[in-house]
Amino acid sequence: MPATSGDLQLSSLTKRFGPFTAVDGLDLTIPQGSFFALLGPSGCGKTTTLRMIAGLEQPTQGEIRIGGQDITFDKPYRRPVNTVFQSYALFPHLTVWENVAFGLKRRRAEQVDKQVGEVLELTELAGLAKRKPAQLSGGQQQRVALARAIVNKPAVLLLDEPLGALDLKLRRQMQVELKRIQTEVGLTFVHVTHDQEEAMTMADTIAVMNAGRIEQLGAPAELYEHPATTFAANFLGQSNLIRATVKDRQPDVATVALPTGTVRVPADRLPAGVDEVWVGVRPEKISVSGDAGSEQAASGPNRIDGGVVTDASFMGVSTQYLVRTPWQQELTVFEQNRDGSGIHRVGDRVSLSFATQHTFALDAGQDAEAGIELDSEVVG
Amino acid sequence: MTSAAGPITAGEPPASAGLGAKSRRRFAGVPYFLLLPGLLWLAVFFVIPMVFLLSQSLQTGTLETGYRLTFHFATYSDALSSFGHQFLRSFEYAFLATLLALLIGYPLAYAIALKAGRWKPVLLVMVVAPFFTSFLLRTLAWQTILNSDGLVVRFFRSTHLISLTRALGWTNGDQLLNSPLAVVTGLTYNFLPFMTLPLFASLDRLDPRLLEAAGDLYATPLTAFRRVTLPMSMPGVVAGTLLTFIPAAGDFINSQLLGNPKTAMIGQVIQGYFLRINDYPTAAALSFALMLTILVLVSVYVRRSGTEELV
Amino acid sequence: MVATVGQRPAGVTRSAGPARRRRPPWVVLRENVVWVVAVLALIYLLLPNLVVVLFSFNKPNGRFNYTWQRFSLDAWLHPCAAPGMCDSLGLSLKIGVVATLVATVLGTMIAFALARYRFRGRAGSNLLIFLPMATPEVVMGSSLLTLFVSLGIPLGRLTILIAHIMFCLSYVVVTVKARVAGLDPRLEQAAADLYANEWQTFRRITLPLVAPGIAAGALLAFSLSFDDYIITNFNASNASITFPMYVWGAAARGTPVQINVIGTTMFVLAVLAVAVGQLAGRRRAR
Repeated sequence: MPATSGDLQLSSLTKRFGPFTAVDGLDLTIPQGSFFALLGPSGCGKTTTLRMIAGLEQPTQGEIRIGGQDITFDKPYRRPVNTVFQSYALFPHLTVWENVAFGLKRRRAEQVDKQVGEVLELTELAGLAKRKPAQLSGGQQQRVALARAIVNKPAVLLLDEPLGALDLKLRRQMQVELKRIQTEVGLTFVHVTHDQEEAMTMADTIAVMNAGRIEQLGAPAELYEHPATTFAANFLGQSNLIRATVKDRQPDVATVALPTGTVRVPADRLPAGVDEVWVGVRPEKISVSGDAGSEQAASGPNRIDGGVVTDASFMGVSTQYLVRTPWQQELTVFEQNRDGSGIHRVGDRVSLSFATQHTFALDAGQDAEAGIELDSEVVG
Repeated sequence: MTSAAGPITAGEPPASAGLGAKSRRRFAGVPYFLLLPGLLWLAVFFVIPMVFLLSQSLQTGTLETGYRLTFHFATYSDALSSFGHQFLRSFEYAFLATLLALLIGYPLAYAIALKAGRWKPVLLVMVVAPFFTSFLLRTLAWQTILNSDGLVVRFFRSTHLISLTRALGWTNGDQLLNSPLAVVTGLTYNFLPFMTLPLFASLDRLDPRLLEAAGDLYATPLTAFRRVTLPMSMPGVVAGTLLTFIPAAGDFINSQLLGNPKTAMIGQVIQGYFLRINDYPTAAALSFALMLTILVLVSVYVRRSGTEELV
Repeated sequence: MVATVGQRPAGVTRSAGPARRRRPPWVVLRENVVWVVAVLALIYLLLPNLVVVLFSFNKPNGRFNYTWQRFSLDAWLHPCAAPGMCDSLGLSLKIGVVATLVATVLGTMIAFALARYRFRGRAGSNLLIFLPMATPEVVMGSSLLTLFVSLGIPLGRLTILIAHIMFCLSYVVVTVKARVAGLDPRLEQAAADLYANEWQTFRRITLPLVAPGIAAGALLAFSLSFDDYIITNFNASNASITFPMYVWGAAARGTPVQINVIGTTMFVLAVLAVAVGQLAGRRRAR
């Protein structure tokens, strides 16, 4: 059973509930020992995928392998997989110690005391071993859930939005903790979340999921700087997407016409074969300068002149502007609060500028609204 | 999207069966296996006897000479015309008892559910505590409480309430016992917990923040009660009413111990005809008629609320 | 200098609300009328119990125990002095235990089926289980009687037992089902995730968490069985007298004080059982 280790492989994994397809032909290989995040909005199928790996759901089609061994139809208690549940699912009638020892006892492991003790140390729960879950705080319960899973040294550890119920400060703390523990213990973590900041903080690799499919797969920085779809561009951080037409393609750079003016886009960031595109640039990459005539030209040759500030929100670390372009689109700009100098005010006329290498383009056939979350989703 | 949470959602197998579809497919018969013994017992010892009861009511003969199924429907008309009074009286007393139980039980349930705070478990035990003693003993205790030399009777006499109740036909002579008043008092008492507990369950589920919201939206406490609490406690009211009225209609202990021959309820007649007079067809006819009437009431209720709320 | 006045947006003025007014007495009464009625209702409910307890210490003059004569411990010291009472008590206890056992097992099985599975015939099952709770005892007792008579089964302990199991079942189902339905299914998923097979999950997680509900159902079944008169009377013989039947007969013949002793003992035991149950529940949570 849990002796096997190795990569986790999902092949053509599909799950249908009647007419509704929750997971649509997923192909994924998660390397052993990595911290992998399944990121996506509520309803994208990430939790269903997790439950299929755990054995709590049966796939309609496809296979799941760990280290080459097919576990697709194995019962949950026969898989070398453990889950940290979103609601923790701690056994209320057992103490912390008994909760953590549960899996070891079922497997008739040796040196149960020693292993439990070590894990309690690791998760900083040593003094609470005799308490019952009802007597613990949210953060402590979360760590018990983690300890209970980790102590079994599974080939794959699944985490189903484990930090959702914690307040912000605690969540940030636990993000760091989880990463530290994962590095120390060396297990494969598969973390499901809808919080893109959380995924980017903790994961080595992120798979962005939408409507049962993977939109894009890669390291956080790669996904963030080079989104391949509008969904990825909007879901990870924010993006400004402007409708444009390709005018001229050169080997290394292309010229693209915005409704007013032109910008330059690196050739490798341009979708092939289409001339109608969304030009994209992230808000933090844009500089705002005063009237066109001012000398404070910012970085990069891409400029949009004739903008008017319609909103300015001072957020301490940065100021968020909404700037209306000559073609009546509101672009979002984050200006870092470098020197505490004055901010632009509503009604100011400004110019926006950004570097060529920070500009990307996506097929205009994609939905520019994809991936924009209107509220913060709570339950996965 | 599968909900990570528990409740059964449409199209999705119950979450507990998530131990792999393989186990589900192999043991698809599990629920039936679990249900079978108990349901079989009920079928054999509840449903089938009803059939026998109906059949018995249509037979003629005596215990000595044996019975034959003759479909003698006249038994019903005879029985109902002879004992129509008792029948009606049973429903009348049951209705009164139910009404009183509702009027008394609702404030009680309300107090426990919404105002008791820490005392809730204690108060609940106090509501259920009567059950801890045999109900025959408790009903006999009413004989003590209402007897001619007791405090209650003396109070009624000194305030001349006794004249009022006598004028209304609720009591006889100088006593409170052996009267319709005593019977209804006993009935109400016996079934008050049956009314209170469902009411409590329903009111307990009420989120007090709804009342706060109502107040925030300019509702006076009375309006909030009328428009929020009362409608939302309706399932409890219906359940409590059913659980009170139905057994009360068939009860005769109270009538026998606290009443007089003129307060006889249909249950007494049925028992007498079965066990003393041994006129099984008549008794069975009365019993079945009672059952039928009640079935009609239950089906009206079920039609309105479905069967999931019943159990 | 630190600014102490907040930014005041234009157009908003502040007015102080009225201080807490003194409330007229009828308002106070109206607000507390619920409590008044509730307390009166509780007195109404518990008065007979108190009378039963009190009169177990009575020494009546005649055959009946309805008026207070004087305090005496006689009945308590000689609980079995009344002829036939202790026998009837023993029979009631025996039948109670067996009926409780059978009804609890069958009822728990049904409760699990109803709470955990979707299946065809669910509505019918719900109805069948509900009906005995909604049927007057006269009807249930008399119908069973016709069954037994028609089949030639002699009335006695067996028929009483059969009847008791029948009417206790539904109450067990309702009690246990409520508890099972409230059990978080994710706990069982977690157990499976932690290498417990179906049986281990049931034994170590499900059963301990459902046990209070089963205990409550069993307790309810026992009290229903012990206390039943009407159905029992229909299906008993002269040789099988249960305690309620004895009391009923006593109401006509003469009520010995000992029946109050039994009633009081039952009451005290039940209160103790509830108290212990509450304390155990609180300790478990701690």
